[in-house]
Amino acid sequence: MTLIKTSFGRRTFIKSTALAGGGMMLGFSWLAACKPSGGGMLSLPKEWFKINGYLKIGENGLITIMSPNPEIGQNVKTSMPMIVAEELDVDWKNVLVEQAPLDISIFTRQLAGGSQSIRQGWPGLRMAGATARQMLKEAAAKAWNVPVEEITTEAGMLQHKTGGHSAGYGEMASAASQIKVPKEVKLKDIKDFKIIGTSRHNVDGLKIVTGKPLFGLDYKEEGMLIAMIAHPPAFGMKLKSFDDAEARSMPGIRDVFKIDVFANDYEVQWCDTLSFNELVVVVGNTTWEVMNAKKALKFEWEPIKPKKETINIFGSMVDVVTPTGPENSDEHTENMKSASLKPANVVRKDGDPVAIFKKAAQIIERSYTAPFLAHSTMEPMNFFANVTAEKADLTGPIQTPEFMEKSVSARLGLPLEKININMTRMGGGFGRRLYGHFLVEAAVISQKMKAPIKLIYTREDDMTCGIYRPAYHATYRAALDENKNLIAFHVKSGGIPESPLAANRFPAGAVDHYLAEDWSLPSNISIGAFRAPRSNFIAGAEQAFIDEVAEAMGKDPIDLRLELLAKAAANPVGKDNDYDAVRYAGVLKLVKEKSGWGTASDGVHRGVAAYFCHNTYVAQVLDIVMKDNTPVIKKVTNAVDCGIIINRIAATNLAEGGIVDGVGHSLYSAITIKNGVPQQNNFNTYRLIRHAEAPKEIEIHFVENEIDPTGLGEPINPPVIGALANALYKATGKRYYDQPFLVKQDLLG
Amino acid sequence: MAIFNLNVNGKTQQIDVDPTTPMLWVLRDHLNLVGTKYGCGIASCGACTIHLDDTAMRSCILPISAVGNKSITTIEGLSENGDHPVQKAWLEHDVPQCGYCQAGQIMSAAALLKDNADPDDGAIESVMNGNICRCGTYVRIKAAVKTAAKTMK
Repeated sequence: MTLIKTSFGRRTFIKSTALAGGGMMLGFSWLAACKPSGGGMLSLPKEWFKINGYLKIGENGLITIMSPNPEIGQNVKTSMPMIVAEELDVDWKNVLVEQAPLDISIFTRQLAGGSQSIRQGWPGLRMAGATARQMLKEAAAKAWNVPVEEITTEAGMLQHKTGGHSAGYGEMASAASQIKVPKEVKLKDIKDFKIIGTSRHNVDGLKIVTGKPLFGLDYKEEGMLIAMIAHPPAFGMKLKSFDDAEARSMPGIRDVFKIDVFANDYEVQWCDTLSFNELVVVVGNTTWEVMNAKKALKFEWEPIKPKKETINIFGSMVDVVTPTGPENSDEHTENMKSASLKPANVVRKDGDPVAIFKKAAQIIERSYTAPFLAHSTMEPMNFFANVTAEKADLTGPIQTPEFMEKSVSARLGLPLEKININMTRMGGGFGRRLYGHFLVEAAVISQKMKAPIKLIYTREDDMTCGIYRPAYHATYRAALDENKNLIAFHVKSGGIPESPLAANRFPAGAVDHYLAEDWSLPSNISIGAFRAPRSNFIAGAEQAFIDEVAEAMGKDPIDLRLELLAKAAANPVGKDNDYDAVRYAGVLKLVKEKSGWGTASDGVHRGVAAYFCHNTYVAQVLDIVMKDNTPVIKKVTNAVDCGIIINRIAATNLAEGGIVDGVGHSLYSAITIKNGVPQQNNFNTYRLIRHAEAPKEIEIHFVENEIDPTGLGEPINPPVIGALANALYKATGKRYYDQPFLVKQDLLG
Repeated sequence: MAIFNLNVNGKTQQIDVDPTTPMLWVLRDHLNLVGTKYGCGIASCGACTIHLDDTAMRSCILPISAVGNKSITTIEGLSENGDHPVQKAWLEHDVPQCGYCQAGQIMSAAALLKDNADPDDGAIESVMNGNICRCGTYVRIKAAVKTAAKTMK
């Protein structure tokens, strides 16, 4: 039995429950609640009693649990409430789920990013459920005049066996809401979990399959107008002038004007990334009318001046240089190659790698590259705003509501408490909606129009306004002695405009002489976090290189990794190695067993990879068969160690999606730039993986343990790129170094 | 502007709109049927798939003037209570991640099963290839289509 204190960090639980005003009846919107699938659910109660910020209980025993974090498809709206329900000890079929409001006085880290929702939400969610359960027990103890320790709970029922008392949670909810919040509470033993670790279907499932309004783009209010923006066609350009005469005369158009997204003197935070601060806005009655008027605008653009700005990244001020343009992908490729040959920053050095490379019997050196990528959330950027002199109501898809509230507050000159951000379900995130410039734009447009508006980006606006996954380059070198032992390892990586290096990851710690260096090149192409930032390139490069090293050493690629990990576990080299070598080896052993590694099958070509990022260990075996000279991914076998699994079916689904994401982008996707202009602007030129190209079969195997849970949104897609490259080599006899691996040129422009 | 009489999900609707307006925006902006999604506007992603009579169509490039007497079915009209076999199979397999593309996927799958009661992998892949799922639920979609096909037999 674990005891935990009911407050942590700067947010005290007592404060949040006091705010609720125990026993008060609360308004409840049926439309906002989601009913889990499965019959036999209780009907709606007459009264709700708020026990704490995370949950309320109806007099008939129905429970509403708030899902605190933004939902981008990672399924936290189901899995986070499951954790509360587990500790509360209720029957899942009597749980309704509501999207919580943005309220950092109650909830921890209301952000979708870094695969951290479950990992960082875990203690608070358990505490919320356990605290409420304890308060219900105390209420029952009072009512029955028995010691609280003698009261047990099960599936929403309180019981005192020797006294013969029993009551539903609903009957005690009113009294429980008056109980003083306990200073510490007991958590369940993991072996007693009844909900965590099972499969519970998406609480929004029925709404999704019946087309109910859920997403930002679906949101409407009375009198709402539609707004669209026009931005420069090329990076490195800005607006000089525009002619709106024709657009203004078109049917349904209300206004055309220029906005500045941020004020000149605004100190930008990390999530305020944007490509173009000056935009032309068209506002009208309907989407089609505004789309047409936008096409009738005429512009003059001019080159930007180079600028240097200081950005606040979680409290540290970082200088960012934006050169003037125009830039080209061909030059990027050449510049990265040149940069990789120049001296770079030494980030980590163990032993004497320079000397060892000099005396090596054999040196293997390979370089890897990857292009800019567009996040391509299926729901394009959009936001609703209704800004008046008194307040700003904002509704839509955003991964960083807490941070963007500050940006909007600064831009509108309204205090934080006058800004109300409602989170809708998001049609994908992948990191793109960490950067909420579109939310600020919507607010500025509404303020100017003095009307509620919904800002909608067209797909072309969305795809050509930047915040791309950076372009990357990595050079790896391995030194072997005359007996083909690995004696030194060197990674030197960089990118436009950031390096993907993770210097303390494997094989750091497993090789005596190790050198990690990085470099970066400035650019005016804006970039942002893209599902598993940096790892989404460096993992695949590293894992493809290790495959070549194993081949040169004459070793099985899994055996080589296991040998290195055994060394890192027993006698780690250097400091700050950021992985647990035993868990790392664990997923490799599991994937070896589950894939039947080593058993040859006719016409099946196999590649393996393993990686640790975002706190989760993953190993994969990918099988390719050749059909009409084209590689077909027959099967991907995955072993995953993310600690305790919360929702098995959703975890499996998310991991399957990570596989498709990794193989899809590395096979097909690229944004290329010509004279500053992105050469792809929609799905006819920007290739995303489709049904026929997806792996035919995906198997997900979880390591079963009792370690606190970590996330699954990001750790899956990075290594599979390596497994794919290694399988492609087996299938074609050719090594693949440059992404996208297939259809390099034929779909550009 | 022109007046159009449409049959949408079994109901007659009168709409006064520019004849070039794509059905996607007629549904979303004028009829308040937002289940049909905007993804690309050029018939490249399938998020806006509806049925025109029994045929799957990309509503983002279908002007209202081209609809004529044909009846329109959207995700909201596929079944009364979300109990079309394809919708039920989607729930059983817990297919959606973000869920944004799934209405289009379901409409394409429902049209496929009207034409071909027992599609093999190749038939599913070729018909569904026009529907992008950025979350990568393709494996589950294929399994759900097969489940739906079984229950419709």
